[in-house]
Amino acid sequence: MKFVDEFRAPELITRTSEEIRRLVDPARHYRFMEVCGGHTHAIYRFGLKDLLPDNVELIHGPGCPVCVLPMGRIDDGLALSQQDNVIFAAFGDMMRVPGTHGSPLEYKARGMDVRIVYSPSDALKLARANLDKHVMFFAIGFETTAPSTALTLMRARAEGIRNFSVFCNHVTIIPAIRAILDSPDMRLDAFIGPGHVSTVIGCRPYEWIAKEERKPIVISGFEPLDMLQSIVMLLRQLQTREAKVENQYKRVVPWEGNRAALKAMAEVFQLRPYFEWRGLGFISQSALRIRDAYAEWDSERRFDVPGVRVTDPKAAQCGEVLKGVLKPHQCKLFGRECTPEHPIGALMVSSEGSCAAYYNYEHRKTAAATMLSQTA
Amino acid sequence: MAHGAGGKASRRLVEGLFAPLLCADSTGPLTDAAQLSIEGTRFAITTDSFVVKPLRFPGGSIGELAVNGTVNDLAVSGARAEVMAVTYVLEAGLPTEVLEAEVRAMAAAAQRAGVRIVSGDTKVVEHGKADGMYVTTTGIGSMIRGLKIDARSVRPGDKVLLSGPIGDHGITILLSRGELDLEAELCSDTRPVLPLVEALAAAAGPGIRWMRDPTRGGVATSLNELACDCGLGIVIDEEKIPIHDAVRGACELLGLDPLHIANEGQFLAVIAPEYSDAALNALNLLPGGEDARMIGTVCEQPAGAVLAATSYGGSRIVDMLVGDPLPRIC
Repeated sequence: MKFVDEFRAPELITRTSEEIRRLVDPARHYRFMEVCGGHTHAIYRFGLKDLLPDNVELIHGPGCPVCVLPMGRIDDGLALSQQDNVIFAAFGDMMRVPGTHGSPLEYKARGMDVRIVYSPSDALKLARANLDKHVMFFAIGFETTAPSTALTLMRARAEGIRNFSVFCNHVTIIPAIRAILDSPDMRLDAFIGPGHVSTVIGCRPYEWIAKEERKPIVISGFEPLDMLQSIVMLLRQLQTREAKVENQYKRVVPWEGNRAALKAMAEVFQLRPYFEWRGLGFISQSALRIRDAYAEWDSERRFDVPGVRVTDPKAAQCGEVLKGVLKPHQCKLFGRECTPEHPIGALMVSSEGSCAAYYNYEHRKTAAATMLSQTA
Repeated sequence: MAHGAGGKASRRLVEGLFAPLLCADSTGPLTDAAQLSIEGTRFAITTDSFVVKPLRFPGGSIGELAVNGTVNDLAVSGARAEVMAVTYVLEAGLPTEVLEAEVRAMAAAAQRAGVRIVSGDTKVVEHGKADGMYVTTTGIGSMIRGLKIDARSVRPGDKVLLSGPIGDHGITILLSRGELDLEAELCSDTRPVLPLVEALAAAAGPGIRWMRDPTRGGVATSLNELACDCGLGIVIDEEKIPIHDAVRGACELLGLDPLHIANEGQFLAVIAPEYSDAALNALNLLPGGEDARMIGTVCEQPAGAVLAATSYGGSRIVDMLVGDPLPRIC
């Protein structure tokens, strides 16, 4: 299958892992953070850790736009939709994320009209098809998904569709990376840069990581070969003591980003002065809100938002896992009180969440490697 | 909803509520069909309900699913379906043509599968219930000679056989709901697997330890159930699993795992190693069995779990389905 099989070719993967082994300094312990939740999942899904030497450690970053939402925002969105005649529409990712009184799916089971949509324009379609209802689209995502929300709002305004609004929880990636680097808990050598956010923002926004923080960053694709090649590129930079931004995902990511997408975002959104992130606290200029020109399609201005701040259960260590300070299984609740079926935090249910990745793919692997060689 | 999806929640519902209250004195693992003996004659009985939406889809309809699903549950329990009873729950306002089409489909499927429909019931419920129609079936079958299906007889070293490509049915249903702007040349794989099972029994009967049809919850769920029931590990080779490109493409696009997608015309079997060549050859020679493959091996570890190995040395745990397969976005 094109664009997939070539990047899963066994011989190339084997050769690239051998190259990694040649490049590592055995006396050194490397700490690479993969920012994006999609990369975290790829690592586990393809068993990439099995292919890396022990002194290359991959640390999971906060690149899961659902996981970083404080529970209070989920509660707010659900509260808005509890009014009569409101349809709550969101991506599949959102459906099992726990709010204080349950997840959207649980609200659906209790009678609320909850629909999974695959794009915000599908939510707009719902509005056109249900004129007696109001469709509230719970928008999430980094800059990856913000442009399509922007385009949908532009279309809603152009067509005068009044029974539609967006509860905007888009966040931006650069402040999250800055918060990680500013955190005293973290000592990182380099970054595996987010692939799909970069198709929108391009590679320039990461230059300060190389120039000011002196850390290499390679923008990476999501197939096994992409990630292994990115690690090779990082190791080469470290070996020659360079620090620059490199683009491994050239087939998808343009260096300058997507002008049209950025223009649409600028037309519809502006930065919030500050926004609360689960685990990282309040970060200024890190999230998007809808501009006044589109106020009529902003759920927060159409409706009264409760705005209650909900702290995570004390024992839950979502924050530390999000920052990469703890690995998922090091959280006291992992696999016990917190599982995909009864999650305490979004990290355990979101398809980008590191706890979910670890739970689904890793945590019961015991002497699997030796077993594999015996069955070959 | 998760309790009907075939994965963990479903299993907990059965093990935690139904089994203890309804059949507390029976022993052994939960199976697709129950085996009984009345006055010395052994037979198997199974029951199933069909609530698929939409009623008609490329490759089949609810009527065919109902017949084939019942025949297959019996087949993987080592039985040849002989008779079926059918219940229809119809939504008021269902057009007669729709009902007639389904009844014809059932009749044709029953004839193809060699099973007689001997009893039935009909109820009508208010408009807005039953999604058009729900069908429930009960099937009774005679035991196929030479087969002894029991998860507890599975041993390390046994081979895991898959009868053909996975994911066709689930993806076809997903696409035919029309919510996604996705088109593919795909149709449901619904068919009776009895002819394949009988050929397998003839070629490798004494070596067949266990069989299951991977419907809701997919291959991952069925293999996890096996791992749980026999306490051993199942290691599968992802490269060996047959899957049509269209299914792979749809799954990649939507972020779904083909191993969790429902199938309606396939089965898994665990075969003792000395019979595995004969078993695979027998299937590959049959029309409809050409794509059968050995996809894995039973091992001591990881005990109670399923591991998928990649061709380049990586591996991952394959878990049972939790909830409904939700497509990934982002």
